Amino acid sequence: MRFQMKLVGTIAAAFAMGSVAAETIKVGIIAPFSGPFAHYGALFKAGAEGYVANQGGKLAGKDIEFIYRDEGGPNPANTRTLAQELVIKDKVDYMGGVVFSPNAFAVAPVIQASKTPFVVFNAATSDITTKSDYYVRTSYTLWQVTVPMAQHAAKKGIKKVITAVTDYAPGVDAENAFKAEFAKQGGEVVESIRMPIRTTDFAPFAQRIKASGAQAVYVFLPGGPPNLGFVKAYNENGLKAAGIEFLGTAETDEFDLQKFGDSALGLTTAFHYSAAHDSPANKVFADAVAKVNKDAVLNYATVGAWDGMAVIHKMIEATGGQRDGDKAMAAIKGYQWESPRGPVSIDPTTRHITQNVYLRTVEKGAGGLMVNKEVQNFGPQVDHGLRK
Amino acid sequence: MLLLANILIDGIAYGMVLFIIAVGLSVTLGLMRFVNLAHGAFAMTGGYIAAWLVREQGLSFYLGVPLAVLATGLLGALLEVTVLRRLYRRTELQQVLFTIGLTFLFVATANLLAGPEVQLIPLPPALSHAVDLGVRTLPAQRLLVIASGLLVVLAAYWVLNRSRFGIWLRATVDNTAAASALGIPVQRVYVLTFAVGAALAGLGGILGAELMPLEPYYPVKYLVLVLVVVAVGGMGSIAGSLAAALTLGIIDTASKYLASDWGSLFFFLAMAILLAWRPQGLLTARKA
Repeated sequence: MRFQMKLVGTIAAAFAMGSVAAETIKVGIIAPFSGPFAHYGALFKAGAEGYVANQGGKLAGKDIEFIYRDEGGPNPANTRTLAQELVIKDKVDYMGGVVFSPNAFAVAPVIQASKTPFVVFNAATSDITTKSDYYVRTSYTLWQVTVPMAQHAAKKGIKKVITAVTDYAPGVDAENAFKAEFAKQGGEVVESIRMPIRTTDFAPFAQRIKASGAQAVYVFLPGGPPNLGFVKAYNENGLKAAGIEFLGTAETDEFDLQKFGDSALGLTTAFHYSAAHDSPANKVFADAVAKVNKDAVLNYATVGAWDGMAVIHKMIEATGGQRDGDKAMAAIKGYQWESPRGPVSIDPTTRHITQNVYLRTVEKGAGGLMVNKEVQNFGPQVDHGLRK
Repeated sequence: MLLLANILIDGIAYGMVLFIIAVGLSVTLGLMRFVNLAHGAFAMTGGYIAAWLVREQGLSFYLGVPLAVLATGLLGALLEVTVLRRLYRRTELQQVLFTIGLTFLFVATANLLAGPEVQLIPLPPALSHAVDLGVRTLPAQRLLVIASGLLVVLAAYWVLNRSRFGIWLRATVDNTAAASALGIPVQRVYVLTFAVGAALAGLGGILGAELMPLEPYYPVKYLVLVLVVVAVGGMGSIAGSLAAALTLGIIDTASKYLASDWGSLFFFLAMAILLAWRPQGLLTARKA
């Protein structure tokens, strides 16, 4: 296995070295384009193509050719194969995408050997960027958004919190982040519930949360059906009425938000991007994405891809279109720009995005649509998971 | 004590949803001897139609839901007449392969028409508030689910055991040729039974949407649960399906209250034990 990997790496490196400055820059994007997670692929595509279109179709004077590959679902072996093909067969200059952390980990040896910069648009496990020098991440990590939330809860005078997370890697990450920071702030996590990933009936957990005597519940759930089920259970089992505060992160993400109906009103979350973020950059982003795909939702996936292309733009500029992974990576360390989510920069040591995290409340905006209204800015946050 | 009450209340509500969806499959599988793995697709279809009628078309919940159930039944009848009818005499493997294929067709169609998002069926005010039971509050929707489940049990029992149609059905599946010779409209019996099975699945999909959210992968996701209920309950046994659904629902709920770290281990452990104890199903006395 290891020998094979080495061999592939050598071949990949040989190909990578041999190329000269090209007029067309090839960007390989690995994302789910089929199956239950296909909407991520569509949003990445809209975000990335929207960015290029907004720059007039060229980045630093070079044409951009996107090559899309379908990661399908959490499937590391398949994702590594796709990355190898992109490097060896398609000879891409840059890669981006990946929704699932295990898939992101799997491509590390490929990009390390071929020195191909890889921009992670979504996968949010902290230590991904430590696995190769050619990773840079424009999404977020659970530590990054959870730590300010824990500080906020403590500042509000909340003493007892119960955590309820979905029982898989990001959920456990979220639970650890909240527990660690909340204890540091002098609060107490009275109980930690890990909910099985195939849970559909959340009423039992709602009852346990109610019985725990906590003043607030810190929640982490993967997007889609579980979010809706949990929020319904939170309302209908009287947790909201009992004043148990909802502390979440991506649960009120724009992709599902309209589906919640009134049950989402008043939910508080800490997150780095809201479609309701009031800035000129966000307007430009919204208009550009709508031109590429009028159905695309503006959320963390779309903005992750948009900013991912901003990073690649910078790398193309720095290398003049030459394939030079090291030079490209050096250029983006510390790079600052104005993102649709506010001012951001790439942390030179962790190669993870430093960004503002906001406290938001779900409200009814113009036209009766639900929005994540930003009510407080926690200021620039690094990835607290990597920089403990 | 409160914990026990909580487990029972939530477990019964969950079990009833499983029952309403599973009972139709139990009838087609046990009585008609037709392996219909597309059953979950009918549940999803019912839910999607209800969501479309109530949310998009603005129909009232009380009108939209019966219409959706009816439409699902009609779709079932249509499929029976056009394709499924030809499969009754095929081997079980062929039935399995065809209906699984049909399931994926439904998944793709739902994805194409409505996108990958979850579909919600807006509840009327009377059902969306919480009812105070003294020990705790319970969403009124769950009470509707429990009541509907009981009604389905009674109605199905009466139809199968007391009505003329029930006699026809049993005669038809036991010996089609003889039933036909006696003047029983065999084909019509099959169509009707299949349509009712599909309609019940649709009802389960609608009422259960709060617990099993409607999305394109619904038929694949929940098929296992439904099959487990039918297997444990015994094919064709209404009372058995009810007993199995409630037992498994309560066990699964109890494990969420007491040992959530173990995931769905206890659900499947219970299934294995029950099947080892009564391989023909909980309440099936003899023969298969």
